Amino acid sequence: MNQDHAHSHDAEHEHHHPHPRQPDVEDAPLSWHMALTEAVADLMVAKGLCTTADIHRTLEVIDAASPAAGARLVARAWLDPVFRELMLADVNRAASDLGIDAGAIPIRAVENRPDLHNVIVCTLCSCYPRFLLGGSPDWYKSKAYRSRMVREPRAVLREFGVDLPADVRVDVHDSTAELRYMVIPNRPVGTEGWSEERLAETVTRDAMIGTGLARCV
Amino acid sequence: MQRIHDVGGLPGGPIDQAAHDYAPWEKKVDAIMRLLIGAKVFTLDEMRRAIEELGPGAYEQLSYYERWIQAAGNLLLEKGVATPMEIGKAMDAARARHAGTGP
Amino acid sequence: MTLKKGDHVRVLHLDPPGHHRTPSFVRGREGIVEALAGRMPDAEMMAYGRRGVDQPVWRVRFRQAELWPDYEGEAGDAVIVDLYEHWLEPLR
Repeated sequence: MNQDHAHSHDAEHEHHHPHPRQPDVEDAPLSWHMALTEAVADLMVAKGLCTTADIHRTLEVIDAASPAAGARLVARAWLDPVFRELMLADVNRAASDLGIDAGAIPIRAVENRPDLHNVIVCTLCSCYPRFLLGGSPDWYKSKAYRSRMVREPRAVLREFGVDLPADVRVDVHDSTAELRYMVIPNRPVGTEGWSEERLAETVTRDAMIGTGLARCV
Repeated sequence: MQRIHDVGGLPGGPIDQAAHDYAPWEKKVDAIMRLLIGAKVFTLDEMRRAIEELGPGAYEQLSYYERWIQAAGNLLLEKGVATPMEIGKAMDAARARHAGTGP
Repeated sequence: MTLKKGDHVRVLHLDPPGHHRTPSFVRGREGIVEALAGRMPDAEMMAYGRRGVDQPVWRVRFRQAELWPDYEGEAGDAVIVDLYEHWLEPLR
């Protein structure tokens, strides 16, 4: 799903359709932090820092972001060597060429090879290429993942079902600065002649974090 | 002194791979953050610093988005964008609205 | 910019107050500069509302065995960390 999709929903949001009620959540009293969230949003509007429509639009963008965007880039890179080079040089521009908004923060792609496996972590916080992979999974933000991935990557990868042979090196990328990382996984064997759309379906979120592999589905 | 957010290499238990769907209020925190940073009220670096300054207890007792909104609230005070009274009254209004007793 | 690709570097073993983006586990460790990540706003200044001067940020490759003497994986395994140049001391 790309930004075009998000924009088509923006138009609907000009009419401010309400989000569906969730009785189990909404009948409980607001927690302190939930009340603070509402208060901050209301004050932002009251003080002219943004409009209610801006908040709705931003929520739509957040909801629209999904690993499908990243998967499309990966599938294209597998099929098109020129695009692959562009993606390795500048993911944001490569995404833009496909009509996908990768956001303002630069994203760097690291490419798996038969003898190299890449995996992404953020040991200091939870940096993640959200525009191309959607919201990050809870475990990516967990202390257990962030602490262990840099010290025992092979054991952690095994927990995720990725058992690497000894002749495959592991590069762990810790996103500590203003760069986000994504992995270009190896193209699964037996996918010769597949269309870009079909190839994209083999590229999961975890394959682009490095805790998974692209697999035929 | 290795601080609470700086966890690379520390002993860690099993990784819970279960996912939860983000609640609407959690997504709203996310949207608020993007808009405040976009409006240059504060930077992502200030946000990270404000989260770190919540201290060790916050990492143990608060959820991810609870830390975020608490840090954002503190930054609004620090930057002079809002006063404690304004935020407190807006929280009360939100509670009243939620309970169906507000305007 | 004083560093270049291929340089051997040691990360300063400092423990200052404040906000910084150099993880503890690489401080005092030796690595090899792999690439320039970019010139970036200095997070240590930005975190306190000051612009500071943009800094070169380098991708530095650390062998796992350098970081963890008891590392149980393979010899080629590595961690690559993006580090501000002012945290890096050239070796040799």
